[in-house]
Amino acid sequence: MSGNMNLTLKIWRQKDSKSKGQFETVKIGGISPDMSFLEMLDTVNEQQMKEGKEGFAFDHDCREGICGMCSLVINGMPHGPDHAITTCQLHMRKFKDGDTIVIEPWRASAFPVIRDCAVDRSAFDRIIQAGGFVSVNTGSAPDAATIAVPKDQADRAFDAAACVGCGACVAACKNSSAMLFVAAKVSHLSYLPQGKVEAKKRVLAMVAQMDKEGFGNCSNLYECQAACPKSITVDFIAKMNREYLGATALYAEKVYGEDM
Amino acid sequence: MILDSKIPGGPISEKWTRHKFELKLVNPANKRKFTVIVVGTGLAGASAAASLGELGYNVKAFCIQDSPRRAHSIAAQGGINAAKNYTNDGDSVYRLFYDTVKGGDFRAREANVHRLAECSNLIIDQCVAQGVPFGRDYGGLLDNRSFGGAQVSRTFYARGQTGQQLLIGAYQAMMRQVAKGTVKMFPRRDMQDLVVIDGKARGIIVRNLVTGELESHEADAVCLCSGGYGNVFYLSTNAKGSNVSAAWSAYKKGAVFANPCYTQIHPTCIPVTGDHQSKLTLMSESLRNDGRVWVPKKAGDTRSPDQIPESERFYYLEEKYPSFGNLVPRDVASRNAKNVCDNGMGVGQSKLAVYLDFSDAIKRLGVSAVSAKYGNLFQMYEKITDENPYKVPMRIFPAVHYTMGGLWVDYNLMSTIPGCFVLGEANFSDHGANRLGASALMQGLADGYFVIPYTIGGYFASTKLEKISSTEKEFEVSKKESSERIHKLLNIKGKRTVSDIHRELGHIMWENVGMGRNKAGLEKALALIPELREEFWKNVNVLGSEGSFNQNLEHASRLADFLEFGELMAQDALHREESCGGHFREESQTEEGEAKRDDEKFCYVGAWEYKGNNQKPELSKEPLTFENVHLVTRSYK
Repeated sequence: MSGNMNLTLKIWRQKDSKSKGQFETVKIGGISPDMSFLEMLDTVNEQQMKEGKEGFAFDHDCREGICGMCSLVINGMPHGPDHAITTCQLHMRKFKDGDTIVIEPWRASAFPVIRDCAVDRSAFDRIIQAGGFVSVNTGSAPDAATIAVPKDQADRAFDAAACVGCGACVAACKNSSAMLFVAAKVSHLSYLPQGKVEAKKRVLAMVAQMDKEGFGNCSNLYECQAACPKSITVDFIAKMNREYLGATALYAEKVYGEDM
Repeated sequence: MILDSKIPGGPISEKWTRHKFELKLVNPANKRKFTVIVVGTGLAGASAAASLGELGYNVKAFCIQDSPRRAHSIAAQGGINAAKNYTNDGDSVYRLFYDTVKGGDFRAREANVHRLAECSNLIIDQCVAQGVPFGRDYGGLLDNRSFGGAQVSRTFYARGQTGQQLLIGAYQAMMRQVAKGTVKMFPRRDMQDLVVIDGKARGIIVRNLVTGELESHEADAVCLCSGGYGNVFYLSTNAKGSNVSAAWSAYKKGAVFANPCYTQIHPTCIPVTGDHQSKLTLMSESLRNDGRVWVPKKAGDTRSPDQIPESERFYYLEEKYPSFGNLVPRDVASRNAKNVCDNGMGVGQSKLAVYLDFSDAIKRLGVSAVSAKYGNLFQMYEKITDENPYKVPMRIFPAVHYTMGGLWVDYNLMSTIPGCFVLGEANFSDHGANRLGASALMQGLADGYFVIPYTIGGYFASTKLEKISSTEKEFEVSKKESSERIHKLLNIKGKRTVSDIHRELGHIMWENVGMGRNKAGLEKALALIPELREEFWKNVNVLGSEGSFNQNLEHASRLADFLEFGELMAQDALHREESCGGHFREESQTEEGEAKRDDEKFCYVGAWEYKGNNQKPELSKEPLTFENVHLVTRSYK
């Protein structure tokens, strides 16, 4: 043991998507402030396993804030109390000795729980499948320098493209809306000339899929922006709404039928 | 075994063009009749799945993560090389080829490397067309930087997240094919076994990680794009889930494993803080473009860095290598960091770190320019260490990062099992004994976008493939063996946790098969690893059940393979009595402590063939010839 923090954890236990879950209280000592939050949970799981109990399930992979796999609501905040980072980058120095920490999964009907704190986010993949791409086959691309892209537009596209697809925006929203995610994806491509060609079709298809997956409407509370580990702003939602309006005007018939 | 690399004839610059012409084609209408399995969805896997789907093949793609977008290629920060010569500084396909062969310390295949350099430009075109937001200058054109010891600026980058942006491009291309029905995606699946029928790879057994069910999937070819084996060291910059298991199962079915000892230790990682450490974090080596590496001249100096005057600082890379300075290749930078720490000059609490200092760059360029270039890396460093790198020098230490070795493949990327192709980091072919910066992304995408679509067609068009189904006896046997292994793991019910044993394996590997290797240490590792393996199978405690989401079982199963693989790695390192690239044998060094190759004896690819459980694997050699880039000693002085 490498530290001296003592903590009480209330961690969500749920056998599978069909079972009912509940909080389990665990006490843990010897936590170092230099540990990452997930290393603290590793320590908890090691302790559990030494006692013959199964560890808590939670998703994680790269542990450097870029794969978007980790996903815990910590004390009510997706990715915890620190700003603009994922759970795996959160360190225990943000907590105090004696703290009680509540750890839950993303809660949204579009993200069913698989086990404990691991959820199924395949809805995001299906939204991308609906239109989150540029239709260009391998080998058919022109020289990369053919089209100049104004730097400010390229930078805005990048700001949106920084999304890691973790779903914290959904977890933060009381309506479980996926607007920030979809807006980031729509904006990333529509800011670039390469993505403009299909922009209208894309925004309609992705928004339709978002609704189909059961994500809620935008609450306009900007909780998503506060929770986003990559500081993606709600400006992109405004951009998506503009694009969507423009696209519906053009595609009105196609989307709503001839009665519109 | 005779290893036929199938390198086409003709001058180096015409080989690939000629080969593409000579490969037989599959009629467009017939492509949908062929099923291809792709294991892993990083840059190699996602680009292969997308491209093969576009051609009309019926593709089944598998990944261990919950979404294919999360594969560990995503974590690559720095950039991707291409010989575009947009900067007019003298770059060319030939120069990129030359630099890569030399950088790999003459242990890569010339023909493969030249093809890689040829594909590099196409990759940039493809990615830009997909909407990858590469860095641009104020004229709106693509920006380039010099990276990882290159004398030309050929690296394209997307802030500090080039890997994520390239992977999103490939992933989106693949998702487009999923929507079209040519690619079927199977996330949260872990490959257990490769199924070989009549000597050809015809499918895989996977474990559905959510339900625990073992599934059989048949195909006409299998592409392993499952990444590297750095986690054999427990601590590495790999993702926690990265593993050798897919490649290892192919090895056990007859695919030979080449150069397993070639491991890259990356010089710019955040130092370890304690036993709780679960992984290491790399910071892009682009930091070395502006950061200066130093340690105190006096061993054991405990003063804070701002209290150490200029004259008492040892800028060891700048002093030893005046022409490359802080930009020497990774292996050279890492070894020098180890040396100064071994000599007591290390800094920080553990004394296992050196400084990477930005104060001169901040003076020269200003805080905002430094922040524009490295802002996200500085933020990441601060979050982890609680120190502000704008004010105090970063502390860095080398960490296991990339593995150049992998399954042996011929020029068509096919392993010694017909129909089993290996792409990206999982194969061995392009980086020799040391990979240059910004080359991994290039190789993964070259293999997936521009090589496999041609060579797999050549295989299908010239091979007779019987119709099979997943109920063949070979599938049943593999499934049964996989199931028995899982039962066995769950029924040991010993005292030690999986992580505990993995940590011990990592310690053995790092101490004896790490940055500096010698005969005694390697022999020690070869004695300790089998003992630990025995301990694992007697005394590990794997909890939970097989029919559920069980992360402990996943880890145990991967560790079981690492416990076998580690031994092969040590064996390979022991047999290679020379130093080359990332493989440094202390017995083989120059008077100045630089790596000394032995081209007379070791100018070959060492490929190991599985001969059965606890049997010594057999070594085969593929001689390497250098007709274009002549064998010289690397010098970065």
